[in-house]
Amino acid sequence: MTAIAVVEGRSERGRRPARAGGLTRVSGLGLGLAMLWFSLLVLIPLTAVVVSAADGGWSAFWRTITNEQTAAAIRLTVGHALLVTAVNVVMGTLIAWVLVRDRFLGKRVLEVLIDIPFALPTIVAGLVLLSLYGKDSPLGVDVANTRSAVFLAFLFVTLPFVVRMVQPVLAELELDVEEAAASLGASRITTFRRIVLPSLVPAIAAGAALSFARGVSEYGSLVLLSGNLPFQTEVTSVRILSSVENDNLPGAAAVATVLLAISLVVIVALDAIQRRVARRG
Amino acid sequence: MKNRTRATALALAASLLLGAAACGDDTDPAAATGEGGSAAELSIVGFAVPEAANKAIAEQWTATAEGEGVTFKTSYGASGDQSRAVVAGLDADYVHFSVASDVTRLVDEGLVADDWDDGPTKGIVSSSIVVFAVREGNPKGIETWDDLVQPGIEIVTPNPASSGAARWNALAAYGQVIADGGTEAEAEEYLDSFFANVVALPGSGRDATTAFLGGTGDVLMAYENEAILAHQNGEEFDYIVPDTTILIENPGAVLVEADPVAQAWLDFVLGEAGQRQLALKGFRPVIEGVEVDEVEGANDPADPFPTVERLLTVAGDFESWDALSAKFFDEADGIVTRAISASGKAG
Repeated sequence: MTAIAVVEGRSERGRRPARAGGLTRVSGLGLGLAMLWFSLLVLIPLTAVVVSAADGGWSAFWRTITNEQTAAAIRLTVGHALLVTAVNVVMGTLIAWVLVRDRFLGKRVLEVLIDIPFALPTIVAGLVLLSLYGKDSPLGVDVANTRSAVFLAFLFVTLPFVVRMVQPVLAELELDVEEAAASLGASRITTFRRIVLPSLVPAIAAGAALSFARGVSEYGSLVLLSGNLPFQTEVTSVRILSSVENDNLPGAAAVATVLLAISLVVIVALDAIQRRVARRG
Repeated sequence: MKNRTRATALALAASLLLGAAACGDDTDPAAATGEGGSAAELSIVGFAVPEAANKAIAEQWTATAEGEGVTFKTSYGASGDQSRAVVAGLDADYVHFSVASDVTRLVDEGLVADDWDDGPTKGIVSSSIVVFAVREGNPKGIETWDDLVQPGIEIVTPNPASSGAARWNALAAYGQVIADGGTEAEAEEYLDSFFANVVALPGSGRDATTAFLGGTGDVLMAYENEAILAHQNGEEFDYIVPDTTILIENPGAVLVEADPVAQAWLDFVLGEAGQRQLALKGFRPVIEGVEVDEVEGANDPADPFPTVERLLTVAGDFESWDALSAKFFDEADGIVTRAISASGKAG
């Protein structure tokens, strides 16, 4: 009962004979281009952030990140990003499942709408959230200037990630395998757990990583609704902006470095979990 | 299939990056070239609010002999961001910011001459005052600074930590206590109760106005000129001019390497015609003798800029921007920084 993803991965690898220590000219060029591209867009800017964080010296770095207000903002941001990611893992998989396996009226429409939070400029998302869940809420739900506003904004902007990751994988799963499992006496739950889930886990993990990263860095969609109240609803991006406004770039970079480190740990952890689950399946 | 997942993840990440890059387009540093032609091009970099007024002034100026044929390239945004963009290389001949420290940043970099504030208006190009924006009909009866700190009053103000422009509000709140004969300790106490009543600290003046108009809070700390401009744009709220408030002074300057027409432009802006256009958009003139018949959107269009009983100024009550930046807004132990932090812990 090996998951399909693994089978395919293997066959693909089998097709390309890997020559130890050697790259063909074309793949060498590809690798070079990829590394250059990656360096320009990611490695160099990230290094610059870390270097300017070091500019102020260790004691300034430590003082910045242990500042009560900053520490509270980091706890709030990371905590809520993790929480929202957990919700997304469940809800995103569920939505993907419904979109792939069920037939219902308006499915196509829903399929398009899912991407809206991703396509909308975040400040517009903020406006929408403010008018729906602010003081004058037509739904009678007023979460303005509370932590729920942060949670809600994170949920809104990260919704598409897990759905969009899981959907194509689920669509390509062969139903035969599930049917075979069922005919051998596996219950629906067992089939899902042992057959479907292992194939989905890499996609879910990738979606979760994106969702977490987006949550941690979110600013635009919540500035209008969260109120930026220190110790209550102030997220890390606001602290970084405050440092920038005070021409304290090392301070801003210090907070950004902490976020980077945390994100790295979370993404590596997600990868580890994914590998473990995939192997067990 | 795993590879495809990776590829999708990469594609998504790439589009995120592209999105971020697109957001930064406004402040793209444009290279300073092509000024050799006969018709000069003037680059204006400013904070967002005076955009409409500057456009009107430009129309009048290009009708004069001096300004004839001059074309404009403009960039407007948050004051601090704009100032930092100029330091980073954004092409500018003339800058118009909301606080003096955004110009002194350019002086420190050698981009603006030391003597930029030696002129008759001390470098100030436009001015306004801090007012209270309230709901239509002023249901909570907010008239004075004391009314703001009553229990149950919800205040919205842009965040003085992340918005340079919002610092005027915090200074007014502090300074009015001193002006009424209070001690510094009493003024700090007032700030504590003021920020305890704050229900939202949006990142910029624009965000604060949006949040207020979206239903948050009873009172918004606003500028007179923005209240007038918002009325002109059809927004519905009232504004109250308190007995004691602070004079907001927005500096403007010509850059050292600017095209010579930039100085002529600045002179025109500071002249009667220029100040009249600014007044029509809600700014208080910085020179005497500017006649304006009617300013649409003011509480009393015929008397748009009522005299304030006690008007605080930075030079008269706070020494200078450099001094007050350190005293009030230092990231570690500024008076306002501490008051904001304390409000969060108490809540």
